[in-house]
Amino acid sequence: MRNFTRTLAGVIAAAGLAFSVTAHAVDITGAGATFPYPIYAKWAEAYNAKTGVKMNYQSIGSGGGIKQIQNKTVNFGASDKPLTQAELDKDGLMQFPTVVGGVVPVINIEGVSSGKLRLSGEVLANIFLKKITQWDDAAIKALNPGVALPSAAITVVHRSDGSGTTFVFVNYLSKVSEEWKTKVGADTAVSWPVGVGGKGNEGVASYVQRIKGAIGYVEFAYAKQNGLTYVAMQNKEGEFVKPGLPSFQAAAKYAEWDKAPGFYEIITNEPGKETWPISSATFILMHKVQENPAAGKEVLKFFNYGYTEGGKMAESLDYVPLPDNVVKLIESHWSTNMKGKDGSAVWQ
Amino acid sequence: MKTRNLQATLDVLFNNTTKLFAFLVFGTLFGIMVTLLVGSLPALKAFGFHFFVSDAWNPVTIEFGALVPIFGTLVTAVIAMLIGVPVSFGIALFITEMCPAWIKRPLGIAIELLAGIPSIIYGMWGLFVFAPWFADHLEPWINTHMGGLPMIGSFFQGPPMGIGMLTAGFILAIMVIPFIASVMRDVFEVVPTLLKESAYGLGATTWEVVWNVVLPYTKIGVVGGIMLGLGRALGETMAVTFVIGNAHELSMSLLMPGNTISSALANEFTEAVGEVYTSSLITLGMTLFVITFIVLALAKLLLIKLATKEGKQS
Repeated sequence: MRNFTRTLAGVIAAAGLAFSVTAHAVDITGAGATFPYPIYAKWAEAYNAKTGVKMNYQSIGSGGGIKQIQNKTVNFGASDKPLTQAELDKDGLMQFPTVVGGVVPVINIEGVSSGKLRLSGEVLANIFLKKITQWDDAAIKALNPGVALPSAAITVVHRSDGSGTTFVFVNYLSKVSEEWKTKVGADTAVSWPVGVGGKGNEGVASYVQRIKGAIGYVEFAYAKQNGLTYVAMQNKEGEFVKPGLPSFQAAAKYAEWDKAPGFYEIITNEPGKETWPISSATFILMHKVQENPAAGKEVLKFFNYGYTEGGKMAESLDYVPLPDNVVKLIESHWSTNMKGKDGSAVWQ
Repeated sequence: MKTRNLQATLDVLFNNTTKLFAFLVFGTLFGIMVTLLVGSLPALKAFGFHFFVSDAWNPVTIEFGALVPIFGTLVTAVIAMLIGVPVSFGIALFITEMCPAWIKRPLGIAIELLAGIPSIIYGMWGLFVFAPWFADHLEPWINTHMGGLPMIGSFFQGPPMGIGMLTAGFILAIMVIPFIASVMRDVFEVVPTLLKESAYGLGATTWEVVWNVVLPYTKIGVVGGIMLGLGRALGETMAVTFVIGNAHELSMSLLMPGNTISSALANEFTEAVGEVYTSSLITLGMTLFVITFIVLALAKLLLIKLATKEGKQS
């Protein structure tokens, strides 16, 4: 009996020691948009190598991210669709942008390579509205005089799950097509007039690759990594631009972050000759009152790392990092808005 | 004295523990039904019973209807059964009656292995291997030869995408065949040889023995196996979601994409923002629960009916 108590005491002591050592590293969790998942994963890896803090991000989609942060199951939520100030206030949330990226239409037509096919916003909307159903339609031919278009049916591919990528895409379509705006509207999930649904950016990419004559939309990193054929879009100035870091940067210039309450800025269809018309920032959602201020601070430290040292990593994946003045604005927003339960500021 | 008391206590303990486990099953079932009902209330309040016949699915204007998922679930399950049951029957028949002894074991093991493959593997195989082959070779053939037929033609017209309700039905058929075949084989094997030998002795052919002796003897097991397969076909999620196309559109043609209840839930549940949206999805789940229940009830009725016909003069 004495032996037993002694061994039990020893085991408890050892366990206590082990737990006390690991208690120092606060791991942070986040969930949400698939759009920025590649860059968050890259930042997390570098940050872990530097500080030993692990950042665990579940890319379950923007709607899922919003839901999880509302339920307080994660330290931060990520969404491509920004919440309005009213929506933020309802749940006591605050939001801030991290990077800017672009959504690109991708196609699968034999003989047509990346950037060869040109589409305007109106034509793109009509394809997704089922008004243009064949690739050799007169409207598409008019924009592409030198391209051999087959007489094949267009298979539209969209997202089957709720998604911020969808939101960015349909927000753009609503801006360039009055019919789209009234008939379908813009949200993370909509009632698509036509097409098949793939799950996640990966699902859409997979369907477009497999189905001849398909058109879909994915975040640029997925198009690049999967070698998908992207489309040149006509922007507000009438110029046909190809997606990429320069055209996303051109769009990001027009974001007026200082004038937007809660950083609510949607940068689709911005002016500028070089601008990519389907660009978007992606946002982080956190609670204003942190129940665990230490964890909240760790999240802010992680994003501070991303802003200050993660710029090159972002650019290598074709995301536009935010300029220094915007970062200053965001960090002062953190100091004023995020507080612990006792009222003291989390970020100084 | 001490041992007898110990025995009695252990008996009581055992009795009550097993009773507890049995009631836990009831409790879980009841709990699930209550949760589903409570969760469906907002949607039912918003749409009423029109929900079950409406083919709308608009998260923006918050209009939802269960018709498309219910239709897809039933159609894919029916296709899976139409293909799966005869094939399983053939497999079970072959294994028990006709195959040489040396192939019996390996074939049996192969069937069990097929049953054990995770459904997502079937989904991936369906999307990467079956769907392209289907789109390039089978669908054009179906379009030209069956698309033009008078009444059933409209069921077989559509662009050869490879994904759609027919593909999903095929994949489901491949998934349920191992289940039904192994249950059928097991019940066929326990038919007493005396019964079969007597029939053979009277000059019956193999087919007559199977149809008139083996099947009636094993009908409970056979119907049970088919119900098992049907249950799997109705509820299958991952394999179907890869190849059904996830389109909330009601189409007559089997070659067009559609949606099933489990596929809709898998795709949209984590993202559904808003009370009515989430509640509509829960109502879909409850509908599937009810469909499965109805199917099981019909199976029981069928068995009772078959049992009353036993012993009748033919």
